[in-house]
Amino acid sequence: MTPLVQVKNVVKIYKRDKLEIPVLQNISLDVPEGEFLALMGPSGSGKTTLLNLVSGIDQPTSGSIIVAGTDIAKLNESALAKWRSRNIGFVFQFYNLMPVLTAYDNVELPLLLTNLSKKEKKERVEMVLKVVGLADRMDHYPKQLSGGQQQRVAIARAVVSDPTLIIGDEPTGDLDRKSAEEILILLERLNQEFKKTIIMVTHDPHAAERARIIHHLEKGEFK
Amino acid sequence: MKMLKVIFKNALRHKLRAFLTIVGIAIAVVAFGVLRTVVTAWNAGVESSAANRLVTRQAISFIFPLPYAYREQVLKVQGVETVTWANWFGGTYIDKNQFFARMAIDPETFFEVYPEFKLTKQELENFKKEQNSCVLGRDIATKYNLKIGDIMNIDGDIYPGNWEFVVRGIYTPRDKNTDLTQMLFHWKYIDERLRKEMPGRAGEVGWYVTKIKNPNQSSAISEEIDNLFKNSRAETKTETERAFQQGFVTASGAIIGAMNFMSFVIIGIIMLVLGNTMIMSARERTQEYAVLKTLGFSGGHLIAFIGGESMVIAIIGGIVGLSLTFPLVNGIGMVIPKGFFPVFNIETSTLILAGISALLVGVAASIFPIFKALHTSIVDGLQHIG
Repeated sequence: MTPLVQVKNVVKIYKRDKLEIPVLQNISLDVPEGEFLALMGPSGSGKTTLLNLVSGIDQPTSGSIIVAGTDIAKLNESALAKWRSRNIGFVFQFYNLMPVLTAYDNVELPLLLTNLSKKEKKERVEMVLKVVGLADRMDHYPKQLSGGQQQRVAIARAVVSDPTLIIGDEPTGDLDRKSAEEILILLERLNQEFKKTIIMVTHDPHAAERARIIHHLEKGEFK
Repeated sequence: MKMLKVIFKNALRHKLRAFLTIVGIAIAVVAFGVLRTVVTAWNAGVESSAANRLVTRQAISFIFPLPYAYREQVLKVQGVETVTWANWFGGTYIDKNQFFARMAIDPETFFEVYPEFKLTKQELENFKKEQNSCVLGRDIATKYNLKIGDIMNIDGDIYPGNWEFVVRGIYTPRDKNTDLTQMLFHWKYIDERLRKEMPGRAGEVGWYVTKIKNPNQSSAISEEIDNLFKNSRAETKTETERAFQQGFVTASGAIIGAMNFMSFVIIGIIMLVLGNTMIMSARERTQEYAVLKTLGFSGGHLIAFIGGESMVIAIIGGIVGLSLTFPLVNGIGMVIPKGFFPVFNIETSTLILAGISALLVGVAASIFPIFKALHTSIVDGLQHIG
């Protein structure tokens, strides 16, 4: 069976003025569909860079990245934006919710790019908010929610458009232990119950234990 | 609709900043509106000029009179329909601060040449019949609470003595920019008294106004009129009414030019105020724009979000400003002497110009933030907060 994510011989070099900083060095990685993968490594090891490349928010210097059959390294800016809206759900460390929108409106944001009817959008938003346990908080603004609750809204936003792949960049990094545990349980449930493929970057070994596969990166290479 | 909701919520996110920006724009729009109104009021005489009227004055200066006898000769020029005339009377009504135009005219021909001054048939008949009668513009009658039958005493200066007039008509406007601040009375009334008291000044006319049949012939007719009196004791200068009025305005050209310039400087100020707000907002939201891009929102969406925010603030500021301009201009119109700006209204063109300026400012103020948002990579944008 073809892996959902195929990273082949990827090199990423950042250029700062005349200085070239190699971040990823000939990385290859396969992630099967339905997998829950954790990427670990010290700061500067290139794990977030790899995550950015897989999710199509950055482009490799060389190599190919095929996600669900599409070589995303060959897509232009606007095609990538469309591709991301259909295939990727993001969960950021600092939630990154729009402060002027309610939990409901934040979750609905990705659906504004779809052709779903108003009724369908409403059903989907209410359903995912129920899954993350915030059905009773949908009219609350981010500042009226705790960190854990905000992250759950962010997860609801990430899954509302039913993406192929969920990307988590330190999703528990800003949370206390209890809230972090709740988020990990939720991600585990999305993976096991809803068969979602998840790639998560984390520093926290406890969080990484929830994943079925753990990869360690160091100085731009898998250890 | 959701997009609009996001745009509105973002525009008013920092309530105090949004409020101050809106107030800044509103004040600038008001200032622009008032300045433009003053400029248009200054030009009102020019704008209300008719294309089929020629004005003939003394070639050396407007202050020197012309002989009454010229009238017959001008009438004979081919293409001339009617000739009327007038004298600037000056004088004082109540006190020297009560300024409005007081003119001696020919009642038989004046209203034919100036159809925009509307009198009822009865009023016109009564005015023609009674030599010491006068008619007033509606604004002057209202200001001094004068009614038909009231007596007005004018203390003469150019024409010395005490002059008594009976109000026999109050004219109304045909057009929006018709001057409603004039007092008109019989030229003959003045002339006959001059014949008795100062015979040397009798039979003099301030200027002639000629109604012509075809405005396209104005140059040829003007030339022909002036040729009639070439090498005479009082040579003439004939020009279109517009050119004649323009001559008065040109004398104040520097002031009007400065006002015009200032009105556009104000537009520049609005642009800076809104531009500053938008740049601050966009910089604070670099991370949010990166998140939106991450979610799949395109460059077009970002242009709509940022441009929309800028437009919302500009439009609200513009609407508030325009709404305040009306009462302010009306207030100024009531305070300034009626005769100084006979027509002091907000022109439709001023409203359109202010509205378009506000919209353009909205667009211009968002250009830099949009450029910045589009050219910041998602990775850099996300790191902006991290």
